[in-house]
Amino acid sequence: MTSATATLLELEDVGRDFDVSRPWLNRVIEGAPRQLLHAVDGVSFSVRKGETLALVGESGCGKSTVARLIVGLYAPSRGRIRFDGVEISAPSASVATAGMRRRMQMIFQDPFASLNPRWRVRDIVAEPIRVLGLATEKAEISARVAGLLRQVGLAAEDGDKYPHEFSGGQRQRISIARALSGNPEFLVCDEPTSALDVSVQAQILNLMTELQARLGLTYLFISHNLAVVSHVADRIGVMYLGRLVEIADAEELFARPRHPYTRMLLDAVPDLEMSGRQRTPVAGEVPNPLSPPTGCTFHPRCPHANDRCKAEKPNLTWRGAVASACHAVEENRI
Amino acid sequence: MILEVKDLRIEFRTRHGTLVAVDGASFSIAPGEVLGVVGESGAGKSLTGTAIIGLLEPPGRIAAGEIRLEGERIDNLPYEAMRRIRGRRIGAIFQDPLTSLNPLYTVGYQLVETIRTHLDVDAPGARARALSLLREVGIPAPEARIDHYPHQFSGGMRQRVVIALALCAEPRLIIADEPTTALDVSIQAQIIQLLKRLARDHGTAVMLITHDMGVIAETADRVAVMYAGRIAEIGPVREVIRAARHPYTAGLMGSIPKIRVATDRMHAPLVQIDGAMPRLNAIPSGCAFHPRCGKSFERCTKERPEPRPVGANLAACWLYD
Amino acid sequence: MNLRALLGHDLAYSFRRSPVAIAAAVLTAICIGGALLAPWIAPHNPFDAASLDLNKAFAPPAWVAQGAKAYPLGTDDQGRDILSTILYGARISLAVGVTAVLFSLSLGVTVGLLAGYLGGRLDAFIMRVADVQLSFPPILIALLINGVARVALPNDRQDEIAIPVLILAIGISGWVQYARTVRGSTLVEKNKEYVQAARVIGRPPLAIMLRHVLPNVMGPVLVIGTIHIATAIITEATLSFLGVGVPPTRPSLGTLIRIGNEFLLSGEWWITVFPGIALVTLVLSVNLFGDWLRDALNPKLR
Repeated sequence: MTSATATLLELEDVGRDFDVSRPWLNRVIEGAPRQLLHAVDGVSFSVRKGETLALVGESGCGKSTVARLIVGLYAPSRGRIRFDGVEISAPSASVATAGMRRRMQMIFQDPFASLNPRWRVRDIVAEPIRVLGLATEKAEISARVAGLLRQVGLAAEDGDKYPHEFSGGQRQRISIARALSGNPEFLVCDEPTSALDVSVQAQILNLMTELQARLGLTYLFISHNLAVVSHVADRIGVMYLGRLVEIADAEELFARPRHPYTRMLLDAVPDLEMSGRQRTPVAGEVPNPLSPPTGCTFHPRCPHANDRCKAEKPNLTWRGAVASACHAVEENRI
Repeated sequence: MILEVKDLRIEFRTRHGTLVAVDGASFSIAPGEVLGVVGESGAGKSLTGTAIIGLLEPPGRIAAGEIRLEGERIDNLPYEAMRRIRGRRIGAIFQDPLTSLNPLYTVGYQLVETIRTHLDVDAPGARARALSLLREVGIPAPEARIDHYPHQFSGGMRQRVVIALALCAEPRLIIADEPTTALDVSIQAQIIQLLKRLARDHGTAVMLITHDMGVIAETADRVAVMYAGRIAEIGPVREVIRAARHPYTAGLMGSIPKIRVATDRMHAPLVQIDGAMPRLNAIPSGCAFHPRCGKSFERCTKERPEPRPVGANLAACWLYD
Repeated sequence: MNLRALLGHDLAYSFRRSPVAIAAAVLTAICIGGALLAPWIAPHNPFDAASLDLNKAFAPPAWVAQGAKAYPLGTDDQGRDILSTILYGARISLAVGVTAVLFSLSLGVTVGLLAGYLGGRLDAFIMRVADVQLSFPPILIALLINGVARVALPNDRQDEIAIPVLILAIGISGWVQYARTVRGSTLVEKNKEYVQAARVIGRPPLAIMLRHVLPNVMGPVLVIGTIHIATAIITEATLSFLGVGVPPTRPSLGTLIRIGNEFLLSGEWWITVFPGIALVTLVLSVNLFGDWLRDALNPKLR
């Protein structure tokens, strides 16, 4: 890829809060305060043209929220998102924003919820074509839909059926066909294979890799599964409690993980080669995001935590091509 | 053997005809052994577990075969007799810890209730046992936690409580259906190790039902691979994982993504099995896997292979005839 | 499962296996058929002033002594044939009931969809209004709207506007149920990924509401609508019985019962009893059919 260095998407200090307070009346009666959940906090990264950036983390780490912020399903509470140099996070949706948005599409996790059960597959796949006005002639639309269905490994006649007539893997193929029908350059994939069986997951991952090579797509790939990510990602960002704790090239991250949380995630990956390595069970669980720990939010579970970690929030700092947010790494303690 | 299942057949009678969900499954589990039952959705693995616990819901029914617990047949027992066996001699752990616990009672109350239903102990004795169980499953400060409600526990801790609940009456067999699927990866390892240790310490037989080969690899002693209601391959976990004999098992193992280190070609395609698990009303003739199998030949389309010894495993495949 | 497959398989199957549903459907069909075909099958035209004959008034049913074959269910105080007035009356009852339900349904579904999808203050406002309305009995609301409308509109056109006003009154008294149900389903549907996918494509909210959400929330609405037809017919009958419904010149079943009620104690029982039986049969069969529809659809619609 010649344009591998050109930045397509850039997030700058992006944050998103959710108001999870009790209803107004309850707050008044019970005297409960307003409660904000910082789902995403101070996240910055960029995605280069043609690459796959994966975001990994456990449930509740904010990775899906980041995906939804990028495609505009949520508006960011703080920070800026730029696509191809144009800011798309501004509250007033301008013409430029809309123009940028049509260059990106999203693939969702649940193949049973992401297709309208009352629509025929051909209408589902044709929706972006119609809405974005890419074609108006009936014949042209149906030719395009047939081509898209074939491209994702389905038959053109499958367009006449309803989603419930397909298996989970086939539905995910339909989802991909819909996403591609708007001719996007950038696909946000939110756990696209985690609801699928492993043999089907392999089919979908292979299909996505193939499509990327053929169409020159750029992916943001959200997953909780490091093994899946290792097959698709060029670079990987690790998130914990709404913050990015490490970001590095995939090879580098697997060979030399910096942040203790990344190490923990890698240790928790099951050993399928049966080499006799035991998973290192990690003490503790993800804390309640409503009352995150002080300082570095990972410190209660971290074997390297000291007083500074309890008091001071670490910032993401770059060392060469790797960035991590950890005092211990910064101080060369680990 | 604690559990012996022989030629189990589970049918669903519907108005569209009879669907065979499990067909001729045979396996056994020894004391202290963990048998992993693995398969993709629709393979019939959960139904097999449900049938053993005796909780198969109509129109599902055991149409043939037998299930023996410590030599005694339990598949034809009346409801009341089966209810006494459940909890007392067979414990169950399900996927979602939240639905396994009653949100209205403290975990201590639920443990004491279960203990006193099955064992002849007084209230203080039952509470003492509940405390020791909570300690055993690794709940910190059990004296304080015993009077808490389920919602006050985190997901991983809740699953520990469910395990304690399953252990109440020292059952001989534990059926664990996707016990780690709802948990985050870092918690999964904790629960798996706990389950494995408990089985060893108590000499309990464990049937671990999961779709996750990783969980099986780390927990099970032997593994049964199910496909379309039939057992495709069964054998020691090392053998099945490293030297799969059945083409389905081999394909399944190849399709699991593994972390590759820098030297490998990272984006090399995964081994994939084309197609999908057949629906119950359209199970292919002969070997159910033949339409997706790269090695199938004519016999596979006509005759159904029975599991036969291949190395240390049993594989239902004509390649080894 | 899409609606077509549902209707094609499960509904039809469940229908064939339910004798109550079949009986209710047959009865409903007879009632609707009788009402629709009244001008052709009724032995007399009760609204043709020329055919009225006071000498024929108070004729008892045909099988009673002094009954006449020409008037199978007897005649009323004006000499009108009861069977014919019932057929024509059911026509008006059904027309008012169905139109009121359609009005109610459109209002409720629109409001519920907007409240559920847009949320925020609009939602809070609409649902508080619904709460307030629910604290009054529907019949009171209908009476109130009916009364206000009649006072506000010119006196000389009372008869002409009586029926539209009645439909409006009954319609407004019943929208809350639809709004609440649709709002609830909309809250579920709008968080499903297919709606998010449509948003990512860039469809405007109105298009998403109409094309994506609406078809997926209509199942329960149709059930409520069917049962509501029975309620609406009763409300209309009640209002007419109280004398604030349809005018006596174009009597509905309720009006007929009220007229007959005056003669009940003087022995002319047939004038009120037969319209009463007709009303009960109509309402019961529609209700039973609606109940079955609810049970048949429920397991599929969570």
